[in-house]
Parts: sequence; C-alpha cells; structure tokens
Amino acid sequence: MKNQEDNKKGHQPKQDDILHDAVNEEYKYGFVTDIDTNVIPKGLNEDVVRQISALKDEPEWLLEFRLKAFRHWQTLRQPTWGHLHLPEIDYQDISYYAAPRKKKEGEIDPELVETFDKLGIPLNERKALSGMAVDAIMDSVSVRTTYSERLAELGVIFCPISEAVRDYPDLVRKYLGKVVPYTDNFFAALNSAVFSDGSFVYIPKGVRCPMELSSYFRINAAQTGQFERTLIVADDDAYVSYLEGCTAPMRDENQLHAAIVEIIVEDRAEVKYSTVQNWYPGDKDGRGGIYNLVTKRGLCRGDHSKISWTQVETGSAITWKYPSCILKGDYSVGEFYSVALTRNRQEADTGTKMIHLGKNSRSTIVSKGISAGHSQNSYRGLVRVAPKATGCRNYTQCDSLLLSDTSGAHTFPVIEVGNDSSIVEHEATTSKINEDQIFYCNQRGIKTEDAVGLIVNGYADEVMTKLPMEFAVEARRLLSVSLEGSIG
Amino acid sequence: MLEIKDLCASVEGKEILKGVNLTVRPGEVHAIMGPNGSGKSTLSAVLTGNPAYMVTGGSVQFYGKDLLALSPEDRAHEGLFLSFQYPVEIPGVSMVNFMKVAVNEKRKYLGLKELSASEFLKLMREKRAVVELDNKLASRAVNEGFSGGEKKRNEIFQMAMLEPRLSILDETDSGLDIDALRVVASGVNKLKSQDNATIVITHYQRLLDYIKPDFVHILYKGRIVMSAGPELALELEEKGYDWIKQNND
Repeated sequence: MKNQEDNKKGHQPKQDDILHDAVNEEYKYGFVTDIDTNVIPKGLNEDVVRQISALKDEPEWLLEFRLKAFRHWQTLRQPTWGHLHLPEIDYQDISYYAAPRKKKEGEIDPELVETFDKLGIPLNERKALSGMAVDAIMDSVSVRTTYSERLAELGVIFCPISEAVRDYPDLVRKYLGKVVPYTDNFFAALNSAVFSDGSFVYIPKGVRCPMELSSYFRINAAQTGQFERTLIVADDDAYVSYLEGCTAPMRDENQLHAAIVEIIVEDRAEVKYSTVQNWYPGDKDGRGGIYNLVTKRGLCRGDHSKISWTQVETGSAITWKYPSCILKGDYSVGEFYSVALTRNRQEADTGTKMIHLGKNSRSTIVSKGISAGHSQNSYRGLVRVAPKATGCRNYTQCDSLLLSDTSGAHTFPVIEVGNDSSIVEHEATTSKINEDQIFYCNQRGIKTEDAVGLIVNGYADEVMTKLPMEFAVEARRLLSVSLEGSIG
Repeated sequence: MLEIKDLCASVEGKEILKGVNLTVRPGEVHAIMGPNGSGKSTLSAVLTGNPAYMVTGGSVQFYGKDLLALSPEDRAHEGLFLSFQYPVEIPGVSMVNFMKVAVNEKRKYLGLKELSASEFLKLMREKRAVVELDNKLASRAVNEGFSGGEKKRNEIFQMAMLEPRLSILDETDSGLDIDALRVVASGVNKLKSQDNATIVITHYQRLLDYIKPDFVHILYKGRIVMSAGPELALELEEKGYDWIKQNND
C-alpha cells in the first residue's frame, strides 16, 4: 500500500483491500454447539404434528388447532409474489423438532450456557445485563428465561410459550391465532401446525414493565427448521419494550425459519417491538443461509393504543417479512421503522401493512434499504384506510441507498384510502453512496471503511434512534461491520 | 515544509499538471491564481490524494515525508487540510459526530489520548467562535441544507478544529457575498501562525485583499508560469488573464 508505484497510479488500493476483507469476513456467530440433540425424523404429516404436540404434553385444544392448521396448509402453495428467488422448498426434507437433551431435570447443560455466553447472552442472572430479562431459545425449545420470578411479582408473565400453555391455558387460548389466524398465509399455516417454542408475554393492567424483555433465537441443529411463536399481550394502560435477536451457524444448505409474532394491545397500552436480525446470510456466492419467512402482526385493539415495530435486518439469505399493525382502536398509533441491509447474494422483500380501522388513527413508516454486492432489496407496503376510519393520517418515507452497481432496490407501495378526511403521504428516494462523500471524510482523516460506516449509519440514523440504547450500539456496530468494504 | 518538484498529473487520461514546482515554508501564504482549466483544483486534489486523479511524474515532500506515498487520511493526519470548493453533504451524520471521529483519528495517529466528550465539546465551542458558526449549525448534519456561505464557514471551522500545518483553500471565495467573505477571511487570518502555512487558490484579487499573500503564482496550462510578490495579483487584476495567455501561448 505504501508502494510508490501503486500511488503513482493515483489509486488508493485500500478500497479494494477492504472489499476483499469484507468478502472474506467470517460471520461471527457461525459456530456449531456440539450438544446431544433430540431430533425427530425428517418429514411432515399428521403424525409428526401429533408427535410435536405430544412431546410438549399439550392439551387437546392445541392439538386440534395444529391439526386444523396442518390440513389447511396442505391446500396452500408456497407464495411466489415476493421479489425473491425462493426455491420450492422440500418440506419433507426438514426435521420439525430439535431439542438439546437435558442432562438432568431442571439443569441447563454447561455447553448451552457457554453457547449463549459466546453470543453475548449470559443466562446467569448475576452476570446478566441489568434491566433486561432474556428468554433464550435454541432450536425448538426455550433453554432459560431470566428474571421470571422478579417479573411475576408485578404480575408480568414472561415465559416460554410452551410453559404458558401449561400454566396459563386460558390466556393463551384467548389470544393465540387471533391476530394471525392459521389461514393467513402459507407460512403462517405451517407455523401454526408445527410451531415449537417462543416467548409469551402478558403485561397486566396499568403495569409499565420495568425492564426490557428480550428473546434470543438460536438455530443450532442441522437440517431442521425453526418455527417459533411469540405472543405479546398488553392489557389496559400497560407498557412493554420487547427485543429480539437471532443468529445461526454457517452451513452450506439453507435452513428454514418461519415464525409468527402476534401482539395485542388494549386501551392506552403500548408495545415497542425491536428486532436485530442477524441470521447467517450465506456465503459470498449465495451458498447456504437462512430463509427467514416471518409473519409479524400487531392489533391495536384499544383506543389510544400504540404498537411500534423497529427492525434492523442484516442477516438471512432470504427475508420475507412485513411487521404490520391493525389500527382498530380510535386514536391508535402504528409505527414501523426499518433498516434492511443486503449484500453479496442476499435478498430481502420486507415492509409493513398499516390497516386503519379506527377513527383518527395514525401511522408512520420509515424504511431504509441498503443494497450492496449483487443483492436485491425490496420495500413492499400497504396503507389502507377503511371508509369509516375518518381523520386518519399516514406518513411514509421509503429510502434506498445503493452501494454497488450490481445491486437492486425496489419499492412496491400500495395505498388505499376509503374516505376524504384522511391524509396519506408517501415520500421515496433512491441514492448512491458517492466517492465525493468518502473522499471528503478521507481528507478529514477518516479512513474509507469508517467513512462508509459513518455515512450508512447517518443514513439509517432515523431508525437507529428508535432502538433501545444497548441494542442501538450493537445494531450500529453490526451495520458498520457488515458493510466493511461493500462499496464498489 | 512542502516541496513540489516537476509534478505531473492527469484525470481521465488527460494530462492536466505538466511539471509544477513550488516550495512552501512555515509562516507563508501563497496565492495560486490562473484562468479556468489551468489546473488549480487538480493541484489541490493531487496533493490531498483524491483517487480520481493520477500522478504521472514528479515528487512531493511534506516535512521530509513522501506525501504521494501516504493515504489521503494519513496526509490529513500529517497536517494537510483542504477547504473544498464544493463541500459535500453527508445526511444524518451530525457535525459533532463527524468532527469527533476526525479529531480523535488524528489524535490516535499522533499517539495522543482521545478527547473525552466534555473536552471535545469545549474545543467545539472555542473553535466555533473563530468563524462565528452558530451552535445550531454545528449540531446539524454535515453541510446538509447549509447555504453556500455557511458551507464555506463550516470548512474554516473544521480547519480550526484540526489545526493543520498546511491549509489549501480551494476557491473559498466563490459564491460568497462580501460579509461572508470577511468572516471567512478573518477566520483564516486568526488561525495563521509562524508554524503553519496557507495556499490560497483563487480566480480573483478580491480574496487577497483580506488574506494577504507573501507570494503569488500564476498557473497556466499545468505549469507555474510566473511567481512574484503580492503586487503580481494587482497587476493581473488590471491586465486580465489575456496578458498571461499572450505571453505564454
């Protein structure tokens, strides 16, 4: 680099070096935990659904729910409308349940503790981050939920959904599948049939949850899918901030992750849901990686209720998700803040739906796509205002930043307004990171990789500031690291 | 501090600089004047290491170091600063954050401890006063939505923050009204010392009424064709660039 000849050519070889580093950069969370895992044989039929239900010792009503979902799923076909190259998945070639075997009842395998330690998620409460309770999920089961007892004193329920089915069957039955019915879509039907673990959260009336609740999802076993299911209920005047993080080992084959998240928010209650998604994205040629096919939806059932989705998506080979809000309550508020970064051969088709049913309901959508390498990045959104939902407001801002000539940015917005007292605004921009900006930073003493990180973080700033503090630091770092050398 | 010898450079295959020689010592102010397309901006771009320009010959020593062998950021760390003719906007990146990274990168390079948040903010406050830069402006994103005058003032503010040994002001007067020009020039003058030097690139004599040069050079067709004291700028103002063209074509 200090070679006179190189510089005589006037080119800083740096940019290429950085590109090289990035391409060869290892996915930090790509390790495999060697642990005795109970995996059921590959394949999907009614017996498998019954087996999963039996393994979890579930009540009859839940088995019925699963079977109905399974029968419905059989009538559906994998959707093809996404701007994605999602192959026909062989659903008989996947195992639908994998659980790390417990050494002794009530004890966690030290291997698991170590795994989560390595991921920065201490399962030991003494070591845990203060102010944050964690539900750690490996493959199909929850490994450990911290601070459950302390939260219980406030009446807050935070536990694996499988435990909730056992301990709070009425609550689960009342809400499960009410926001995302199993008939909703192909992957929702599949999840409803075979879902394994996930978190259940209930915040009782008038309680502001004093700590951030978070779930950490980890895929470990090979040739399995993860089908988690999360259900969050905030009763009148309740508040909770919930975080979700995800990683998986590096493997050459693709793995399926088809989750459902349902949120129900009653009068004047608020749920803030933040995701930092960092599933294994596949290698630079697009080999391997997670298919992240997720249905997330919240129902603002009460008046003045609020749901806020914030997502930073940097992982997965394919992402297909549209965290949405049904704004049923009058004066209810829905928000969606998203940063989606794709590089190499990654593809993301993501966005949101804001369905305004309540009068004077408001929604805000801020979507920031960043495409590098040969990736494809799409925003897909729907804003619908029902005829009776008068006085509604929506503001949508949808920006795309291209870091390479070979990547693509696309937007598919749909707007349907059923009355004339509502106001819907849509703004969109597409830009390229430019050499002038980078050189300007260089001249001020900032090296190219830091400059790119700075510029992209600046671009994503509006969304990053919506994340809880500790999470924002991690997300900014992730964005900078993922980007190193993605210019070109 | 700076010794340019037979510097040749091209952009997009076209040769622009055809053997530039220039020596700058601490405490000096050099003005480089010349008609459009003579290579003034190319010279500043080459010195600061803009990758769009290709050096095809010659050498540049900066405090005994081979400047051309350094990356653009290391040139900055060594104390070379460019006030851009067209400052670039960086949306979403606050001036505070931008300057904090820049200042601390330089300190790291020099083996100094990074500034704490409060030390840094104190430095910002001090330096803002040099160019009468509004606090609001300093908390906004880099150059985003700044007027032409604000952008130039912001350049001089950054110069004050980074305390360069050699500053190149590339047409800092373009697009400035007389009041803004006065503020910017007075900022530059306040920052002047026996230890640093300035190269002022300009079309017009006007800026030189405020920033007094010790030497004036005329760049024409990629070469310095004339060098003299400040009186040269006045003569040029009077006779126009045709005078140069007649003598050199």
